[in-house]
Amino acid sequence: MEIVALMKQVPDTETQIKVNPQGTWIIEDDIKWIMNPYCEFGVEEALRTKEKHGGTVTIVSIGPARAVEAIRTALAMGADKAIHVDDPALVGTTDSLGKARILAKILQSIPFDIIFAGKQAIDDDMAQVGPAVAELLGIPQLTFVNGLEWIDGRTVRVNRQVEGGSQVIECSLPVLITCQKGLNEPRYASLPGIMKAKKKPLETKNLAALGLDPAQVGKEGDTTEILRVELPPPRKPGKIVDGETPEEKAAKLAKLLREEAKVI
Amino acid sequence: MALCFELTEEQNLIRQAVREFAEKEIAPVARELDEKEEFSVELTRKMADMGLLGCFVSEKYGGSNIGYISYIIAVEELARVDGSQAATIAAGNSLGIGPIYYYGNEEQKQTWLPRLCRGEILAAFGLTEPNAGSDAGSSQTRAELVGDHWIINGSKIFITNSACGLTGVIVVQAVTGTRPDGKRELSCILVPADAEGFKAIPMKGKMMWRASNTGQLFFEDCKVPAENLLGKRGDGFHQMLATLDGGRLSIAAMGLGGAQGAFEMALKYANTRVQFGRTIGSFQAIAFKLADMATEIECARNLLYKACWLRENNKPFAKEAAMAKLYCSEVMGRVVNQAVQIHGGYGLMKEYNIERFYRDQKLLEIGEGTSEIQRIVIARNIGVLGRAM
Ligand SMILES: Cc1cc2nc3c(=O)[nH]c(=O)nc-3n(C[C@H](O)[C@H](O)[C@H](O)COP(=O)(O)OP(=O)(O)OC[C@H]3O[C@@H](n4cnc5c(N)ncnc54)[C@H](O)[C@@H]3O)c2cc1C
Repeated sequence: MEIVALMKQVPDTETQIKVNPQGTWIIEDDIKWIMNPYCEFGVEEALRTKEKHGGTVTIVSIGPARAVEAIRTALAMGADKAIHVDDPALVGTTDSLGKARILAKILQSIPFDIIFAGKQAIDDDMAQVGPAVAELLGIPQLTFVNGLEWIDGRTVRVNRQVEGGSQVIECSLPVLITCQKGLNEPRYASLPGIMKAKKKPLETKNLAALGLDPAQVGKEGDTTEILRVELPPPRKPGKIVDGETPEEKAAKLAKLLREEAKVI
Repeated sequence: MALCFELTEEQNLIRQAVREFAEKEIAPVARELDEKEEFSVELTRKMADMGLLGCFVSEKYGGSNIGYISYIIAVEELARVDGSQAATIAAGNSLGIGPIYYYGNEEQKQTWLPRLCRGEILAAFGLTEPNAGSDAGSSQTRAELVGDHWIINGSKIFITNSACGLTGVIVVQAVTGTRPDGKRELSCILVPADAEGFKAIPMKGKMMWRASNTGQLFFEDCKVPAENLLGKRGDGFHQMLATLDGGRLSIAAMGLGGAQGAFEMALKYANTRVQFGRTIGSFQAIAFKLADMATEIECARNLLYKACWLRENNKPFAKEAAMAKLYCSEVMGRVVNQAVQIHGGYGLMKEYNIERFYRDQKLLEIGEGTSEIQRIVIARNIGVLGRAM
């Protein structure tokens, strides 16, 4: 089976984000970069799919040179090969549709049966790339998947998280699945895995090599524009309610909720 | 371009992978295992699954063959979170697997290494005896070749990984005769944990490394096949010295990683604890302690990595290994001391990990050659002390 996992490198959740002086983007210098946690569920599910049905797992990622580290991590987890798209025209803020066009272009040139993607990237939280790729390829998509089982070699049954419950869907291949927490517990990249990863094929391509026009997918081709990036206002410090007895504390809390917070 | 401080991509990835593993798998259980003085078979197996055993062993025998610098980075990252688990891995590799890999014959390697690298079993290095500590050459344990078996009598003490559910084999240094020059002949012999006449008893009541296994060994007419001799007869003392040179790097890594972990805890605490209306880190007295810690850790890391680099490039490294072991363990001593100080009363409570780091550090100045012995090794190497020491 030909299995593809789309993967994005994002800032570590514990990184302190700073906005650049122009207020147009974040300062990337001191950031620790990691594999997007939702993409990690996708990579893990891709590996499990290979373990069940055999085949090849290909990682596809767009990003600058630093993204190679996240790609190597995916290879160290057990993926077989990777395609990395890096082009000066993509520096900064290529929007979701632009990225989806690039990914779709690659997917049109390689065989695939099933594609996994994160449900969203934890940096810009757009949640659009996966669905847009499926649309561009004209294949079914199953989004926010938090459970997956195989009915047979060509049919999956998935669990989707929906408001107030869950939805179960069966779908035949090919399909694109966006992954939600709960789908699996991603494995660690083991030390022998890391050593093997450096020998696995990793192809870096620019837009020209993909036959794409920067006017279509780069900054110029963007259909949206980020006007301003700003940090949320600093949170006010919390208040600890003290008192001798639970009753006393509850009474004080109720008073505060009514008179200060005005929520009851 | 000869002087280069850049780590390779794999070395960075290995640090990242071991750090993530240690934070997710070890950090949540470290305090409880320490409190209960419990060696965890489960956690050891998980570390083996990560490829943390057999770090410098070739793939042919099931090792992960990540290179010496990467091995040291891995131990450093484990020690940043917990000394006991770092000890299991450092001793498992440098003391347990090391002698078998470097001195074993093909059959011994095939017999033991794949299982050791998978973490099915652990190997230990039995050198220290009740009456032979720093003076490790004065072993009293004797092995006599009777027919096609060694008959071993004696005892060993303080042996890491020697008395736990996973112990599979022990490299035992014993007196096997007298050399032509009249000196005692020392050899190393592989003693399987289930050998006849062998008994291992876990040592309880440790101040530090409480979740690492330490055993006392007893040999009473212990019988093992003649072919269990490691390397050549009479090579035991040399094998022991070379093993300790390598082992020192892993103890140094524990000092460095432990210092790093303690520093991070102190930094975080200093930036959050408020007294007199300010974070305590904003008082110069506290900020300077942290500045000193960061400086010493930087020196320690550079010294240790240089020693590892010498080793990885097959250059003499014994002097630098002793220096790194001495310096890194003493740096951690100063760092944990000030880190507890920064935590005030809370730093003395078990609820805070810094309390465990403070205890775990002390071993580093004693195990695998005390700080005094390291100074002797260094002094000899710089030409100030004679052999008589
Ligand atoms: C938790 C733990 C794990 C260990 N694991 C192992 C293991 O896996 N395998 C193993 O073989 N051993 C192991 N050891 C033993 C360890 O290596 C010894 O404890 C150490 O070498 C010191 O020996 P000793 O305890 O007999 O102290 P001693 O040698 O009696 O030393 C006592 C003091 O005298 C000083 N001293 C001794 N000689 C001199 C001298 N010439 N000049 C100046 N000062 C001197 C020492 O520095 C020390 O301060 C372990 C020990 C511990 C505590």
